[in-house]
Amino acid sequence: MAEVELRGVSKAYKDTTAVDDLSLAIKDREFVALLGPSGCGKTTTLRMLAGFIRPDRGQILIDGKDITELPPERRPTAMVFQSYALWPHMTVADNIAFGLRLRRLPKAEVEERTARMLAVVGLPGVTKRYPSQLSGGQQQRVALARALVLGPKILLLDEPLSNLDAKLRVRMRDEIRRIQQELQITTVYVTHDQEEALTMADRIAVMNKGVLQQVGDALDIYDRPATAFVADFIGSSNLLSGTLRLAGAQAVAEVGDARVVVEADGLPDGSRVTVSARPEDMEVLRAAAPDAFQLDDPRLVNFGAYKRLLGRHPALGQLEARVPKAFVLGNAPVYLRFTRARAYSGDDERRS
Amino acid sequence: MAAQAPAMPAIRLTWWIDDPRMRRLLLRLFAAALAVFIGIPLLTLVLWSFAGEWFWPNLIPTQWSLRWWQEVLDNPRVTNAMFLSFTIAPVVTLLTAVVAIPAGYAFARLDVPFRRTLLLLFLIPNAFPRIGLYVSLAVLYYQIGLIDTYWGIVFLHMIGTMVYMTWITTATFRSIDPHLEEAARDAGASPVRAFLSVVLPLALPGIIVASLFSFLASLDEAQGTLIVGTPHYITMPVLLYTLISSFQRPVAAVFSVLLALPSLLLLIVAQRYLHSEYVAAGLGRV
Repeated sequence: MAEVELRGVSKAYKDTTAVDDLSLAIKDREFVALLGPSGCGKTTTLRMLAGFIRPDRGQILIDGKDITELPPERRPTAMVFQSYALWPHMTVADNIAFGLRLRRLPKAEVEERTARMLAVVGLPGVTKRYPSQLSGGQQQRVALARALVLGPKILLLDEPLSNLDAKLRVRMRDEIRRIQQELQITTVYVTHDQEEALTMADRIAVMNKGVLQQVGDALDIYDRPATAFVADFIGSSNLLSGTLRLAGAQAVAEVGDARVVVEADGLPDGSRVTVSARPEDMEVLRAAAPDAFQLDDPRLVNFGAYKRLLGRHPALGQLEARVPKAFVLGNAPVYLRFTRARAYSGDDERRS
Repeated sequence: MAAQAPAMPAIRLTWWIDDPRMRRLLLRLFAAALAVFIGIPLLTLVLWSFAGEWFWPNLIPTQWSLRWWQEVLDNPRVTNAMFLSFTIAPVVTLLTAVVAIPAGYAFARLDVPFRRTLLLLFLIPNAFPRIGLYVSLAVLYYQIGLIDTYWGIVFLHMIGTMVYMTWITTATFRSIDPHLEEAARDAGASPVRAFLSVVLPLALPGIIVASLFSFLASLDEAQGTLIVGTPHYITMPVLLYTLISSFQRPVAAVFSVLLALPSLLLLIVAQRYLHSEYVAAGLGRV
């Protein structure tokens, strides 16, 4: 049993609010990813969980016990650092055994647990080496073993894969998930890489500018983004700024002299909205239709498995659609139709 | 459009900087000049200390002798001075380390108010002619009874050594990734345990270098020691001054070699130690 709860946690630095009134409950054995761009407050949140930063306001509870005031050494958490933070003057075995020796465990037990943990992370037989003699991926595994060997209630990971190359990153991703499942440990994982978050986590907490935007599983976040920020940050989206018009059951966003049918979820008539549509929710037509928009100077970008069609519309601006790899432009005009678009309250942040 | 003449390359006066061969040559010349300027006087000193007879225009002494060495080492004033110097320097180094290591750590890690100002404050004694400082210190020492005492000399030496120690240890602690310390805390170590197990071993090379500098600085200090230590506390460099003014060249030479010896030995040891793999791993930030 290990549940974590953040209750109205805030942290401000001299001139910026790093985390603003964040509340989040993490269930036992759950893998939660904190996802967001750099400076969104995700690392600050993690460091508050570990005890390296004291929140200005709010409480942190583990299994219902308030640990807000406890220093890191007295919390049942273990952290894996982005830089691994292995102690360069100690061997791999000494790195892992450090915490066990602090607890004055018998020598035999220290050795047994160290060896077992190295086996769990798939790195037996390197006990006598120094961290500098290991590859990045191996150092990562040692850091993981060092964190897990104490049997923490909560495992905290701070962008642990960002220093690895792309291939290794994918392998370690599956490896971390496997270990987490094997040990059934509640895990909080900080990343700016949505692919990592979407593939590893049970639930994803998307943050921006210190504010929690949405918490949900991969499907929720991708298909039903709660804010325009989430829609833009996860995957990619066509974003438009316009005014909402309600006519009976139908909601339409006016963007310049163009009108796009949207899902508006109870937003009031006449409000400013940001419209978001996934590139795969854009239908490509080769003939004019009443709700299709013609693209000026369309061009194709090849992504191997698929292509992206890019172009401009006089009122809507830059638009893009995902098309099959067999798609060719030819000479006929290109029209785009929104098959699914969502409206969010407020103007597009990037443009304001 | 008319064809343009190719632009004339501007003649740069620093062309030789870009030529690697030229740079290498200059570097070698510089190294050679350095060796000559430092090596020749040192070599001359060594020759003089063993010279029995050496007249112009001979390049090396015509007769060799250990007479001067014997004369120096048989002189109780010399042995006393050596003994004093070698009892002051370790104490100065130790006391400086005790004060400067925590200070350096604080400057590197903690949010010390006016950190830059405080660090600069340490430099102030070095920014002015030392002699003025020593004279006013001597006046103070007269009032509080520290003049012509062992501890008076120790504290005077510490004015200089504190600078080396604090600055070098500050830089050393700052070069150690704070996450290494946090990882120790995370594993259950108290702040003190984390410092002793992780930070201190990694900072050791820097601390050793700073201690060496302090040791040598204390060993070489003459001006201030002369002012606050005479007549009873005569250290080696103070005695050297007296010998130089008495114009006994071979004796002064023997003495200089004696004074240079510990520096040379310590630097060789330090270099050995600082090149070891452990230190490379510690400073190389894997």
